[in-house]
Amino acid sequence: MAAPATALKVEQVAVSFGGLVALSDMNFTVGEGEIVSLIGPNGAGKTTAFNVVTGFLDPTHGAVSYRGTALNGLKPHQIADLGLIRTFQRTSVFPNDTVYDNLLVGLHRQGRVGLLEAILGLPRARSSQRRLRERASELIERVGLERRANDLAGSLSYGEQRLVGVALALAAEPSMLLLDEPVSGMNASETHTFVQLIRNIRDRGVTILLVEHDMPMVMSVSDRIVVLNYGRIIAEGPPEMIRNNAAVIEAYLGQGAARA
Amino acid sequence: MRTVVAILTVVAFASVPLWLRDPYLMNALITTGIFIIGAMSLNLLLGFTGQLSLGHIAFFGIGAYVSALTSLGFDAGLPFGFRIVHEPWPPIIGFVLAIVVAGLCGYLVGLLSFRVRGAYFVIVTISFAEVVRLVALNWVELTQGPLALTNIPSITIGMPGLGDLTLRTKLQNYYLVLAVAVIAYVLISRLVHSHFGRAMRGLMENETLAVSVGIDVTKTLTLAAVISAGIAGAAGSLYAHYIRIIDPEVFAFINTVTMVIMVITGGKGSLAGPVVGGMIFGLLPVFLRPVMAPEAQWIAYGGVLIVILFVLPRGIVPSLAQRFAKRRSRVEAVAPVAFVKRDAKEHA
Amino acid sequence: MSEFLQHLINMLVLGGTYALLGIGLTLIFGIMNVVNFTHGVLYTFGAYIMFIVVHQLGVNFFLALPLAVVAGWLLGAAIELILLRPLRGSDIDTTMLVMIGAWIAMQSGALWIWGGVAKSVTTPFPEAPLVLGPVSVSWLRLFVLAAAAMLIVVTYLLINRTKLGCAMRATFQDHDTASLMGVNVDMIYTSTFAIGSSLAAAAGALLGPVYVIFPQMGDLAAVKAFAIVILGGLGNITGAVIGGFILALAEELGAGYVSSGYRDAMGFLIIIAVLIFKPTGLFARSERVG
Repeated sequence: MAAPATALKVEQVAVSFGGLVALSDMNFTVGEGEIVSLIGPNGAGKTTAFNVVTGFLDPTHGAVSYRGTALNGLKPHQIADLGLIRTFQRTSVFPNDTVYDNLLVGLHRQGRVGLLEAILGLPRARSSQRRLRERASELIERVGLERRANDLAGSLSYGEQRLVGVALALAAEPSMLLLDEPVSGMNASETHTFVQLIRNIRDRGVTILLVEHDMPMVMSVSDRIVVLNYGRIIAEGPPEMIRNNAAVIEAYLGQGAARA
Repeated sequence: MRTVVAILTVVAFASVPLWLRDPYLMNALITTGIFIIGAMSLNLLLGFTGQLSLGHIAFFGIGAYVSALTSLGFDAGLPFGFRIVHEPWPPIIGFVLAIVVAGLCGYLVGLLSFRVRGAYFVIVTISFAEVVRLVALNWVELTQGPLALTNIPSITIGMPGLGDLTLRTKLQNYYLVLAVAVIAYVLISRLVHSHFGRAMRGLMENETLAVSVGIDVTKTLTLAAVISAGIAGAAGSLYAHYIRIIDPEVFAFINTVTMVIMVITGGKGSLAGPVVGGMIFGLLPVFLRPVMAPEAQWIAYGGVLIVILFVLPRGIVPSLAQRFAKRRSRVEAVAPVAFVKRDAKEHA
Repeated sequence: MSEFLQHLINMLVLGGTYALLGIGLTLIFGIMNVVNFTHGVLYTFGAYIMFIVVHQLGVNFFLALPLAVVAGWLLGAAIELILLRPLRGSDIDTTMLVMIGAWIAMQSGALWIWGGVAKSVTTPFPEAPLVLGPVSVSWLRLFVLAAAAMLIVVTYLLINRTKLGCAMRATFQDHDTASLMGVNVDMIYTSTFAIGSSLAAAAGALLGPVYVIFPQMGDLAAVKAFAIVILGGLGNITGAVIGGFILALAEELGAGYVSSGYRDAMGFLIIIAVLIFKPTGLFARSERVG
């Protein structure tokens, strides 16, 4: 099997806040249709890397490109327009709207009609509205939240809110999905269902970059893993290789463990 | 259901002149209606984008002055020896220009609004209104300053087959204001239920997430500001042609506060809120006038604003709607799921 | 040249009181995250206290000033306890609207009690101004400058040299941590609001006798205070002092060389310009509070 075409390319990216170096010389790529995980101990720079890729943070140095388009200087909503969609650790829903309305907001990119058409309620705007409603129901079904569709998103459990977050990201029709610690706070069975969901999403042709703490989950779902520590990449490769990598074990368990 | 209530309300308002003959009350209703249009436009910003514009009266006043000057004509000097001379045009063109110019000002303020939010935005808007007031006060050649623009003509509408109709009487103006109010209401309603409206709500509730699903902050907020300012400008134009005299006092901060009180009391973020709040605070002075000095009334208004914020922070309409919904859901016996406090720790 | 010197002298007198207004507001804004719309009313209140104490109670002018400061302190503490303490944890929009309600009610109250006719305070200073070469300045204005300068120094010492000031600075940095370290945050909030209010009242008590006293005099003062705070940066006391003098200079030059009708527009134009070009204020953020 030939190596997949490169989707995301991160080249020599460095970020420093004042004098504090958060990332230095980070290079990695994600191929089309791959599931790649970014792991590392707390403070290793995972979220920083994520924010750079999605345009929420400008790198001090280096370049990020997606399918050949340079992302430097693009605003988050412009990057979203390229099909690169992310989820968030904390702020994953619009809390005062129902799950269903959350999805309608998430479908923003599909619902664009002219202002006049929307205000005058022209047929095109109406049929677009109808399509959006169908699509919202579909997405809710896909993440398994049918029974919660009319509840306020803020009243959902933590795990359920994560699912809404993923559905919101899917609503934007991503060609690549970036998930920021999606299973933290989920119990084992929720996590298991979530892994199925991620595989299912990938099987529909969506590339996935994952930042996650849950090692068993990462090991089971990833095609490739990139390990960060102190802002640098210390290892990269398929799960079985990472599992036995001395530098990774040292980073996670401390130096004593590696020597022992 | 909702449409039925709306149509019944419009019919009820339309029937008022049939049984109400008191010119003083009619006058109060017309000015109340004009202020309700202003309050609805303020609600579009405050209630649906979360931006508190405390200079909203500037758009109203700009609309009033543009409309009045268009229909009166003027001859004013500009710097470097230029002069601008304008012959009077029909007031209806003034009405349209009022919307356009106010909308343009809304665009400028909207451009600022994404640079500065919250308290800063509030202070920018107050400053904007004060600068406009000082210009109206000091550019005497154009605005007559404190002497006021007088003899502003009434609005004339060309009726097909009937010739021109000049709206001079209270009755005619009442229906004009009602018509504009209904149009503004429908416009705002359509807007907030469209995907533009959902983008606004999304930005208000969770800006980061909204941006990540592809919502353009600048475009959405400026659009809301332009439409809001345009509607306020229309209200100002109606005001100028009905009262037929305007002076820089139209820009007084207290007028913005009146609109804010209407919106907060009725319920921000609710379409009917400004109408309910506006009716209360527009007509209250009529009934309070015999028993209370104006200063005492204002003390009461300030007090009411505070009390509403303490006991009914969401306003009358949303609170009633919630009570109504609760009664219905109690029948269905749906237990609310416990709120989960989110983990506040963000891992780097 | 002499005209310019005269403007500079006027700027110093005006700037001192503006700085007082600005410090009060910047403390409240910075520490409590409350946009204090009652600031202008407290300024008005200070001026009326001056009038009442001097003319209706017949107390000495110099004694009236500290009384106005104390009265402002008490009124500020009352506002904080009644209106702001129950709203702790509400968003800034809610407190802002509550403060607007309080402002409208209190200003109308002043109008109701004292009427709309402007009042003036008789001062013990000689009519003839002090003439220094090409410029002249009245003795009253000199006193105002000296008193304002003294109050600024006292506030500075209070914040940088006392235990209360230390707790205030800690609360400004991070009120959760301050509260964990044993700082009584509620008490700090009340003190902050009271101190800020007493400074506004002091500014009113000082400028009231220079001009005339009327119920709406505080409106412009409030917006000027906002301009100063935005100019100097949130919670930045040094910034507020410099901002006060910059605003005074802009007003003097604007009134002198453009048109006196636009004197009061300077503050607003400064606000708009600063927010467009440098929203964080003109001065570095590192030296907030103290």
